[in-house]
Formats: sequence, C-alpha cells, structure tokens
Amino acid sequence: MKETVKIKSKKLNVFYGEKKALSNINLEIPERKVTSLIGPSGCGKSTFLRCLNRMNDSIEICKVEGQIFVDEQNIYEKNLDPVLLRARIGMVFQKPNPFPKSIFENVAYGPKIHGLANSGDELNNLVEVSLKKAGLYDEVKDRIDEPGTSLSGGQQQRLCIARAIAVSPEVILMDEPCSALDPIATAKIEELIDELSKNYTIVIVTHSMQQAARVSNQTAFFHMGSLIEVGKTEDVFSMPKEKKTQDYITGKIG
Amino acid sequence: MHLKLSKNTEKDMSKNTELISKSLEKRHRSEKRFRFFGILGIGTAVIFLITILSSIFVEGKGAFKSTFIQLEINFDQEIIDPNKTNNPEEFKFANYKLLINDALKNYFPEVKDRKTFRDLSVFISSAAEQNLMKLAMENIEIIGESKKIWLLASSTIDVIHKNPQMENFLEEDRLINNIQMSWFNALKKNGDIKFGLNTNFLSNADSTEPEQAGILGSMLGSFFTLLVTLLLCFPVAVASGVFLEELAPKNKFTDFIEININNLAAVPSIIFGLLGLAIFLNVMHLPRSAPIVGGMVLALMTLPTIIISTRASLKAVPPSIREAAIGLGATKFQAVTHHVIPQSMPGILTGTIIGMSQALGESAPLLMIGMVAFIVDIPGSLTDSATVLPVQIYLWKSTAARGFVELTAAGIMVLLTFLVIMNSVAVFVRQKFEKKW
Repeated sequence: MKETVKIKSKKLNVFYGEKKALSNINLEIPERKVTSLIGPSGCGKSTFLRCLNRMNDSIEICKVEGQIFVDEQNIYEKNLDPVLLRARIGMVFQKPNPFPKSIFENVAYGPKIHGLANSGDELNNLVEVSLKKAGLYDEVKDRIDEPGTSLSGGQQQRLCIARAIAVSPEVILMDEPCSALDPIATAKIEELIDELSKNYTIVIVTHSMQQAARVSNQTAFFHMGSLIEVGKTEDVFSMPKEKKTQDYITGKIG
Repeated sequence: MHLKLSKNTEKDMSKNTELISKSLEKRHRSEKRFRFFGILGIGTAVIFLITILSSIFVEGKGAFKSTFIQLEINFDQEIIDPNKTNNPEEFKFANYKLLINDALKNYFPEVKDRKTFRDLSVFISSAAEQNLMKLAMENIEIIGESKKIWLLASSTIDVIHKNPQMENFLEEDRLINNIQMSWFNALKKNGDIKFGLNTNFLSNADSTEPEQAGILGSMLGSFFTLLVTLLLCFPVAVASGVFLEELAPKNKFTDFIEININNLAAVPSIIFGLLGLAIFLNVMHLPRSAPIVGGMVLALMTLPTIIISTRASLKAVPPSIREAAIGLGATKFQAVTHHVIPQSMPGILTGTIIGMSQALGESAPLLMIGMVAFIVDIPGSLTDSATVLPVQIYLWKSTAARGFVELTAAGIMVLLTFLVIMNSVAVFVRQKFEKKW
C-alpha cells in the first residue's frame, strides 16, 4: 500500500516579531500514520504543530510565510476559514484542559457548535462512541454528569482526546500530551495513539525519544528552527543520517 | 589533598551554621515585630468600627419608637358631620384639631387663657388629626361617642420622653418650659404617655416634623435610581469589557481607551454630576430631581468600575480554556461566550455589586441634578421627584430640630443595612458560582 500524503509544508518560515522561529521547513506527513516531532526545547516543533491548524493566528506577532497543504489545499490561502480547518484538524494540548463542565458536555461541545447531531439521542450516541474510542467510557459511564475536572490527569487527557474525536477530525495534533502525566497514564495514552492511528492522521510533539520510538511511524528531528532529518522512525533512531540527530538521540545535545 | 579539602569544608560548615543561627534570631524577631504591628492595626480598626457602629445604634434606635399620649376624644357630630349626612366622604372637611383641643382642655381644666393653651396644644403632633379622620371615616358608629385614644405626640415631647435627664436642665435649655414640664409629668403619672412603634419612619417620606418624617421615600428613590444604574451600566460595561479584553485588536487606539477608562474610575464623582446637569438636564431636558437622571449619572460613574473588574476577571480565566474551544473549531466569540464569560461571572458580578453599593452611598453627583430637594411624596416612578438615602441623611443632619438627630442615625443604620445586604449577596454569588465546579 502506497502512503498518501495528508499534510505537506512547503518553504515554511515562521517569525515571532523579528525572531525567526522556523526556517524553510519542507515536511510531508503521511495519512493514517503517526508522525512524531522531536528536538530540544525551543527548536520550533510546537510552533510547526500549531501552524498546522492555524492556532498561531491568535498570536499577533506571529507571521507565517510559505505554504501548508492539507489534501492539496493551501491552508494559508486568504479565503480559507480557520474555524473550518480546526474542525478538520483536532488538537490535544500539553496540559489536560477539559472545560469546567460535565464529562458529557465536554465531549458534546464540539458536535453542538458544529451542529453535527440532529437529536438528543444522536448526541448521546456520539458522546458514547467518542468516549469509547478514547478508551474512557468504562471508567466514566456511571458519572458522565460529573465535572470533567474531577477526573485524574490521565483521564482528563483522554477526555480531551475524546472531545477532539467527537468532531470526527481527519488529523489529530498532540502537543506533548503526556508531559504532565505519570508513566501508567502515559502508557495508556500511547496505546490509544496506536489504536487511533488506524483511522486518523496523528502528529505528536514529544520530548521523550522513547515515546517517539514507541508510537510513531515517522520521526522528524528539529533543531534551532530547522528540520534536520525526517524518516522512518526505526531508521532515524538506528542509523541517523545527520550528525546532529545522532548527537541528540545519544544525549550529546539537548 | 582530598582530606584537607573536606576538613576545610567541615570548618566552613560549622562556621556557617553559627552565622546562620545568629542571624536567625534577628530574622525571627523582625517577623514577630511585623506580626505585632499587624495585629495592632487590625485591633485598632475593629475598635473604631465597633465604636462607630455602636454609637450609631445607640443614637438611632430611638427613632424606631415614638411617644403617644392618651386622651379622651369626644367625636362630636357638630364638628365632624355638622350636616348629619353620615357620609364618610364629608368627614374629610372637618376640623379635627378642635377635637384634640377639647380633649386637652378637658384633661387640663386649669388651662384657661389662650396663650397658655398654645403651649399645651404643641403636645400633640399634627399627624394625629389625620389619624382621627381616618378613624372616624372607617368607624361611623363612633360619631357622637367618647373614646380614649392614643395620639402621636409631637417631636418635642418625644425628645423629653426619650431623655428623662432633661427634666433637670435649666428651663431655657430644655425645649419646654416649666408649666409644660408639669403637664408632661402629670400625663406620666396618670400613665397616659407611652412609647409605641414608630410606623411613620418606615412608611413615610420626608417631613418638616421629625415625628412624621420617614425613610421610605428615599429608600424607594434609591431603589429606582439603582435600578436605572444597573440596567444601563451592567450590559454596557460587561460588553465593553469583553470586547476590549477578548476581541479588540491590541493597538495604540485601544491602549488609549484603556488608559482613559482607568482614569475615569478615578474622576471625582461630582464631575459626573456636573456632566449630568449640563447634558441630561440642560440639553436633553430630562426631569429635574428624578431617579432616571440620577441613575444615568451614577451609571456613568459606575461604568469604569465594572469594566475594570470585568476585564480583570476575564484575564484570570486560564488561556488553556480558550485554546481548547478554539482548537475544537469554535469561533473566538463562541469561545468567549460559552466558556470564558461563564467562568468569569463570579468576578464580574462581584465587581458589579461593589460598583452598585458604591453608587448607593453616593450623594455628591446627585446634589448637582437636584435630588437634594425636600420631597414629601413617596416616588412611584422613575420620573417622580425623589431623593436617595445618603442625601436624606445629609438633609436630616443639616436640619436644626432636635428630633432629627436620631432620624439621621437611624437613616445611617438603614443605609448600612442595605450595604451589608448587597455585599453579602456579592459573597454569596461568588461562593455559589465557584462551588459548582
């Protein structure tokens, strides 16, 4: 089976005011695969991730040059509505950020604002399916009306994943989703990522090289705002082509 | 070499410990000193507060009771219904003062000449005539009969009754002369003078006679004024706070607006009164002394306070909530209305109630638009002439009659009660909304 490219960035440059955060990034992200972005702090991997659903729009000093194609469509085109884009490309953040509402309301919020469910039953069903996909349903089915913030950190993060899934996105972006979690919760999320990659294109930013090695099919290594190397995860970790990549994965820089 | 170094280090360590323990004593001492001054400050504040509150209470509690005098009233048909119509409407035109004068003459038969009688007739409040009229109109069968009735005493007698030590004052310092004092003592001896609940205080508007003056008029005035203030400034202030904080672009112009709003919050309130006088009264020709104008002026004054507290509580909502909503494909406006505003509601409401209680206690701007008038009628609408609680207190305080002293204190008690209620509501709202999650 040939890999189809879901997202493609072309000559992407990003500036924060005068400072150049990303320079000339050309990266292809395959469909229904997990791509991990690794690199030391401040290398631009999160910036790149946030360009993919135009979350950077809200930062006023942030300026983006170049193109990003999602299914052959440039998302930085003038007449593209970022709201629609964000419905197609979901996002999970570093710190679990459930709304201070019930578990049900958290998952139902996306479908509600987009008008995806026509009836109450349909909505209930959608919430249930989303929670099941996020592997959270069995744990919360008896307290679906309790606040989302009453869950444990790992459960909250899976709730956020369920919330993103409920809008049926094509791509899920994850910005260090496990950095605030303990190893057991992390393992659960990683398992979930593996499961989700059957249906969704996943891009994950991570600080943990082991995590990148465990969950991803493709790894991209960023350093100082440049894309140093990208390839199959096994290849990048076992025989990196670039010296910088090798230095990073062996712990010499970081 | 290694050993030597560690020995040196050990030496350093013990030396350091010594130094630290020396300085520790000083550090603890300064903390204790600070704590002592803190407690001293709070203690002083509490003592002052208790002193103020108790002196207001001691002075004001008398206003809730008034003096009544019992007289045998003869409901003479000749006076009440000379045409023998038996129609209660006709009773309105009778001179009830005559009934009271007759009763007084019967009680003190020794009073003969007109001049002495004038001193006696001041015992009874003019409000008693109204009460007698009402009694006669409601009970027709009473006409022609004699009945013992408790009549409201005048304020002068009330003051003497409430301050028994005044009997020993010199005649010229006492409000009433020696003959009047002897009549008062006679009434007292016969048990024909007593204290009763002062219903006038809570059911009347202002009056020139202290025993007939009440706070209801200014209470309603305050209510109507604050209603206008709230309706005008809450939606406008919250909307502008949300717009400036969440939706407006950050540039020189919005910075300029922000600085101006912050400065407006510090503008003396009387300036807003002058603005109201110039614009609302002179240009727009709205009614003078009316709650609607007062409310508009106070709304101007309260706007910056609520805008600032709205912005502060919006700022306190973590950005992760906005990101979560926007990441799901909510528009910026949806993220704000669905998540950010509900989260910041306790803060917004607290700010609003604090702004409103500030408006409740405000008098200076209202003086400018004529809400300082002497108004006997209870206001029934937003455009009726009215006054407000703090202005009423000011008016009573500046009136010479002795009876207004306790009314002033009682007015302050009413005003403070409302402030306490409003602030408790603020606390309650805050806790209720925060408990939810």
